Amino acid sequence: MCLAVPGKIMSIDASIPELKMAKVDFGGVIKSICVQWLDAEAGDYVLAHAGMAISKIDKEEAEQTLADFEIISRSLDTDS
Amino acid sequence: MQYTDDYRNKDRIQTLVRAIQKETVHSWKIMEICGGQTHAIARYRIEEMLPATICLLHGPGCPVCVTPEEIIDHAIAIARKPNVILTSFGDMMRVPGSYSDLLQAKAQGADVRILYSPLDAVELAATHPEKEIVFFAVGFETTIPVHLMALKEAVRHGLKNFSLLCSFFAVPPAIEMILSQPDNKVDGFLTAGHVCAITGNEAYYRLAADYRKPMVVTGFEPADLLYGIYKCILQLEKGEAKVENAYKRAVSETGNREAKNLMETFLEPVEREWRGIGTIPAGGFSLREKYAAFDAALKFPVANNSLLREKEKTDIRCIAGEIMKGNRQVTDCAYFGSVCKPAHPLGAPMVSAEGVCAAYYNYNYQTVI
Repeated sequence: MCLAVPGKIMSIDASIPELKMAKVDFGGVIKSICVQWLDAEAGDYVLAHAGMAISKIDKEEAEQTLADFEIISRSLDTDS
Repeated sequence: MQYTDDYRNKDRIQTLVRAIQKETVHSWKIMEICGGQTHAIARYRIEEMLPATICLLHGPGCPVCVTPEEIIDHAIAIARKPNVILTSFGDMMRVPGSYSDLLQAKAQGADVRILYSPLDAVELAATHPEKEIVFFAVGFETTIPVHLMALKEAVRHGLKNFSLLCSFFAVPPAIEMILSQPDNKVDGFLTAGHVCAITGNEAYYRLAADYRKPMVVTGFEPADLLYGIYKCILQLEKGEAKVENAYKRAVSETGNREAKNLMETFLEPVEREWRGIGTIPAGGFSLREKYAAFDAALKFPVANNSLLREKEKTDIRCIAGEIMKGNRQVTDCAYFGSVCKPAHPLGAPMVSAEGVCAAYYNYNYQTVI
């Protein structure tokens, strides 16, 4: 039920201010997703759930997490 | 795909598995709350990657599974009314009520439709003014505001033929109910990343402090799950009980303000029955009285709540409630995979796409049990 999928905003249609919609690319499948809750623009990645973008993916945090994995990996290599 | 493949990378997964093995000294029981995580754990066989001393318990995070039979019966009764189009997510269609399910109602002539989003139901209401459009609205904090966005749109368009049959649950009170059981076995929690994407992490600080349990916000890809488990193990081995976020790319500390505002506007907390688990104070939400005209339960009342019962309320052979509270494991069930299968379930968790029993069944665990 709480499945949410990351996708890239291709374009935003803000012609209805109460219902800002975006074309979002999910690995080749394009769907129309409501982005009313987010301050997002074309090129941003969002997590979409049941037709709504619930969260904008924070690129820096994503990179930081991968960097944390790298640090863990190096510490394991040092130990062994 | 960006932000998916990075967290399914074999080398990163191996790194996290080795790190968990290195840090684990004692035996720990960790509960993931969300059914989506339960399915990812089964799909990627995460449990088989962990040291034998770490046991994962699968929590009550499947709103379809904990929706009481009475509400499903009510949905079926509404669907059978002339002039009604009953809509919902595909997940709800085969979940058994006390005597039938929505798919059977559809087969018998009811107009039941599966939609991708509650917003599609608003469009249906706008294009079918002669029909009553009811969305069977089931969910936790992730999904609840999506339904409310649809309601807000229906209000904006002045639609009188749109309503929600609400089965809305609040996750933190359920965690507290599990923690306050005297025989509670859970040492630490992986909190549901997408619930937290809406709510933020605020509710978990008091729970972590009061019950001395680590609470780690966790994502859904295999490396996300292992990273959440790793952070939980680090805390447990050090004797800490903090709220940590292992899913920062998707979850901010304060969550989604717009979605939370919608919940505040339209809903009030209420005592709620969780199927198989029991009644939880403030365990759910109802529409505020101001929006009663959009409440399908009031708009289409059933004569009384004791609808036709052809069998007992919740099959007594089903131990799903005890599994979801962390007291039993799927492997303890004598009926799993034999009497109870997705085609003829004893309980909802064998049917739902997020149910723990369906997860174990669909990913071929029946061969090892």
